[in-house]
Amino acid sequence: MKTGFDIDKRVVKIGIEGRDKTEVLTNMARMLVEAGYVKESYIDGILKREKIFPTGIPLDGYGIAIPHTDIEHVNSPMVAVATLINPIEFNCMGGGDEDRVAVKIIFMLAMKDGNEQLPMLQSLMHIIQDNKLINDICESTDNELLASLLTAELGKQVNV
Amino acid sequence: MRNFKVLSVCGTGIATSTVAAKKTKEMLAKRGINVEVIECKVTEIDIKIDNIKPDVIVHTTPVSDEAAKGIKKFFGLPFLTGMGTDALVDKIAEYLKSLDK
Repeated sequence: MKTGFDIDKRVVKIGIEGRDKTEVLTNMARMLVEAGYVKESYIDGILKREKIFPTGIPLDGYGIAIPHTDIEHVNSPMVAVATLINPIEFNCMGGGDEDRVAVKIIFMLAMKDGNEQLPMLQSLMHIIQDNKLINDICESTDNELLASLLTAELGKQVNV
Repeated sequence: MRNFKVLSVCGTGIATSTVAAKKTKEMLAKRGINVEVIECKVTEIDIKIDNIKPDVIVHTTPVSDEAAKGIKKFFGLPFLTGMGTDALVDKIAEYLKSLDK
């Protein structure tokens, strides 16, 4: 069983550009399109989904977001990662319009099969709950190193 | 105690519903409750409820009372954040046990 998940450094961007949520999400999604993991339609899918099913998650003193969209836009599974220099407000998952969180890190998911990618998802949930690791990610200055760090973390067996 | 059915709902039917489904099943099993978990997108909820007739719904995206058709809902975000998962599962367990009386 494949337990590892290699994060492609082409879809990792420290200090991603974008004046607002739409620009940031578009820029991130474009990385996935250009690297071939998703179809062009993915970008629109992400923006639409985020409006209806927001993915902001408030954690311990910081916020992250896990935008994703339907499998039909995905060619092969990947997780794009971006850190924001200035946090951008996202709406919270399952929350009302007033429930917002200032997001510093975005994990954009290109998923093909939830069950096949479950080990990776579980590892991701563990990562986001790890304060120290999240700090390390925020302070990262090299895309390639960050990609390796995340690959290593995602590959860790999760004992639940 | 019988097996219960849990419907795990999220916006896309993959990712968060999958994580919530696995956590729900495992944590309820530790409390001696066996469940079958079915995942779906929120847009499929109507059909799924009719076909599966779940005992509870665990959701990571808003599900209106109307859409839930009277089935008890539990907001599953704790399964993603790791905060308050035990309390949440205790509540679900308590509710399921009450159904069996």
